[in-house]
Amino acid sequence: MSVGTLGMIYIFILAIFTGVEVISRVPTILHTPLMSGANAIHGIVLIGGVILLGTAGQSKVLCVLGFIAVILGTLNVVGGFVVTDRMLEMFKAKPPAKTSQDK
Amino acid sequence: MNAATVPEAAFLIASLLFIFGLKRLSSPRSARSGNQLAAIGMALALGGAFLLPNMGHFGWILLAILIGTVPGWLLAKRVKMTAMPQMVSLFNGMGGACALFISLGEWLGGVSAGRDLGRVLPMLLGIVFGSISFTGSLVAFAKLQGLISEKPHRWPWQKTGNALLAAVILASSAAAASSQNEIWILLPAAAALLLGVAQVLPIGGADMPVVISVLNSCTGLAAAVTGFAMHNMSMIIAGTLVGAAGSLLTVLMCQAMNRSLARVIFGSFGLAPAGAAAAPGDQSMREIAAAECAIMMAYARKVIIVPGYGLAVAQAQHLVHELDQALEKRGVEVKYAVHPVAGRMPGHMNVLLAEANVPYPKLLDMEEINPEFDQADVALIIGANDVVNPAARTDVASPIYGMPILNADKAKNVVVIKRGSGAGFAGIENALFYNPKTRMLFGDAKKALQDLVTEVKAL
Repeated sequence: MSVGTLGMIYIFILAIFTGVEVISRVPTILHTPLMSGANAIHGIVLIGGVILLGTAGQSKVLCVLGFIAVILGTLNVVGGFVVTDRMLEMFKAKPPAKTSQDK
Repeated sequence: MNAATVPEAAFLIASLLFIFGLKRLSSPRSARSGNQLAAIGMALALGGAFLLPNMGHFGWILLAILIGTVPGWLLAKRVKMTAMPQMVSLFNGMGGACALFISLGEWLGGVSAGRDLGRVLPMLLGIVFGSISFTGSLVAFAKLQGLISEKPHRWPWQKTGNALLAAVILASSAAAASSQNEIWILLPAAAALLLGVAQVLPIGGADMPVVISVLNSCTGLAAAVTGFAMHNMSMIIAGTLVGAAGSLLTVLMCQAMNRSLARVIFGSFGLAPAGAAAAPGDQSMREIAAAECAIMMAYARKVIIVPGYGLAVAQAQHLVHELDQALEKRGVEVKYAVHPVAGRMPGHMNVLLAEANVPYPKLLDMEEINPEFDQADVALIIGANDVVNPAARTDVASPIYGMPILNADKAKNVVVIKRGSGAGFAGIENALFYNPKTRMLFGDAKKALQDLVTEVKAL
């Protein structure tokens, strides 16, 4: 399946609206974890690194660039998700955020 | 069914998981599962990439993933909660560098095949965005980690220099796109790397959260344009989601801190340090000893603790909880007043205090706690400054005028634990410190709290 440049631009625009819509009502206390989670998600560049290295063929330059890219991308993905999970671990087993009303 | 159907399906499901993950991340109850959902999506997309046709070098790919996983995992697991923001910045920089290397590879490997705008432009953008977020994030990391001074670094012709760098990026990009020699691409890359440094160095420590958020969306965009160059939908979707959500998050953060984004990025903050210092006149601060402060609190009925940035730096959140318990044992009512932007980032203080096992109901938001200050005998301010500065209410000329603040000055007594007598990160004098009912307890927050705990327990 392949979409042309115009198709990609459509997807790009729709994704902008989705991104804004999805987080538009985030409470302040979640700003930090949300930023961290989003940080992990853009680790998707790792896929680009894997494809670059995987299709590098005989080119030494591409192999080296791809190899470095995969290491960097993995750092972003693994570090990002693990750090976010540690932050969010703190929120478990606590009463729900709205504690003020029931006093 | 052609060879790419399975990977394409994996990419599609991964993209959906990213959207649902992000959605769940924006509500406290579902946040953790949202993060896990997104992680599953990432694993799925990775599996999909392995199954693409014409792939090779699998051993090398796995080796590189292993090399990245080990330090990434260890760093993320071991980092202290207080150092979280710079860690996020560091990982963000890695993502930016990854986009940079991929785009360079795409350029060197395939640009001669065809130079239509649809391929050349995303590669150039990937190189520029990736470079800026790489070096920008590293500088932000170094500042928060204390490797370089958090103070805004300024030099002559700063704005002109940055504008010049931007012009160099544009011109050299055009040159690289039209030249037959592929190596020209290193020129815009170098200029963008330099711009990342030059853009972040002048920004002070207090504004770093906003900077990290901006760089976060910058990396998202870099991932998206790299997806354009590689015709990979999941990269376009995930990158754009983060770019868009990150931009909105930046705006929300700026609103919470009452800063304009343009002022943070183009740094007019503290442009007039000479005029701002005039406020307190020749008044002086009055000190208090730990023992006296301990007595004041131990015999109070109600104490409100205002934790701030300095508490996070000193990593004293556990000691605060210890002090809180020692006071409660004596029948003192203790509450915490958490300003929306206390700590390094919005929400950071909640995470830190939760880590120290402070019960959630004792952490009160600004709107809830503000009416309670006039019943409090002592407001104990630990390493907070701008969030309790009354100038935000009264002084129209103050750069923080209009920012909602905690009404700590309404308490009967105010004790401020502070490292030194200098101004806060925003460089603004705080009239509260000169208030007749305010006493200063100078010293590192950790040391000061340790003394207070010892004194209270000895009473």
